[in-house]
Amino acid sequence: MASPASKSPLEIHAHATSNLRFIRDTMERASTFTAVPGWGGVFMGLTALLASFICLYLPKEWWLSIWLTCGMIALGFGSLAIFEKARRNGAPLDSPGARKFALAFAPPLGVGAILTVALIHAGAYRLIPGALLLLYGISVLGGGAFSVRVIPIMGVCFIALGSVALFVPLLWGNILMGVGFGLLHIVFGAIIARRHGG
Amino acid sequence: MSNAARKLDPGIGRLEPAAAPAARSAPELDRLIHERVRLGIVSALAANESLTFNELKSLLQITDGNLSVHARKLEEASYLTCTKTFEGRLPRTEYRLTPKGRAEFEKYLAHMESIVAAMKSSMHPAD
Repeated sequence: MASPASKSPLEIHAHATSNLRFIRDTMERASTFTAVPGWGGVFMGLTALLASFICLYLPKEWWLSIWLTCGMIALGFGSLAIFEKARRNGAPLDSPGARKFALAFAPPLGVGAILTVALIHAGAYRLIPGALLLLYGISVLGGGAFSVRVIPIMGVCFIALGSVALFVPLLWGNILMGVGFGLLHIVFGAIIARRHGG
Repeated sequence: MSNAARKLDPGIGRLEPAAAPAARSAPELDRLIHERVRLGIVSALAANESLTFNELKSLLQITDGNLSVHARKLEEASYLTCTKTFEGRLPRTEYRLTPKGRAEFEKYLAHMESIVAAMKSSMHPAD
């Protein structure tokens, strides 16, 4: 091994820079969940846009079934995309960051499911788009606290849309769901894919 | 070593501080943290309150033996504490950074940053 004393200032500088990068990467990987799917988000957005359009042309009674089917497909695909991205980037899914993300992300989704059933039961269909957008927004905002910084911003956008959706007729609720689950997923998915590796 | 290099290199290459008494005031490079695996362990623990053996292993992608050897060294220097408990029948080893370990880590960070800053200012003296 060459004596460290023989290193040029440039080498020492490069070494210090690489050390700092290593420290930052390690701290980030140790504390945050980075396997959020970018392209997966774009695909989820496309299915939601499709659902929103289909709803406009089909009988009104089908509205909820169409959205719930779309939600299932998106949830399944999103999970697959997370596994795929984690595998590709070598980010373990049992890391503390991933666990915190899941613990923050899952409960509002569960509450959303219960609330949807209750609203259907009460015949309050008009409130469903707002409730779904709001609770998904809380999921994203909470999970995003343990992930890349753009995720909480997406959560806030969902909450804003959901707040509006609670006070408009069902037809507009459907359009706002298209804007939220469709456009927001596509826009933020593309940002994540570009900046955070897929 | 040139003067510029000496300015940039307050600790590297000085295994025996006594050999260079003139530079005693400059921060010493912490050899214990400087090694890659140990730097990884300390960095990961700095970002979390505690991490288990398995979490550290998969995070740093190193072998059991490698991790336990380096963690032991850090433990011997009281940079971290190691608690062993049982979860059912499975042993569970948990690591935590001590206040001393955190202070040394911050010192090391400041040291690296000062090297980078010194280089920047020597390349752009007008800044």
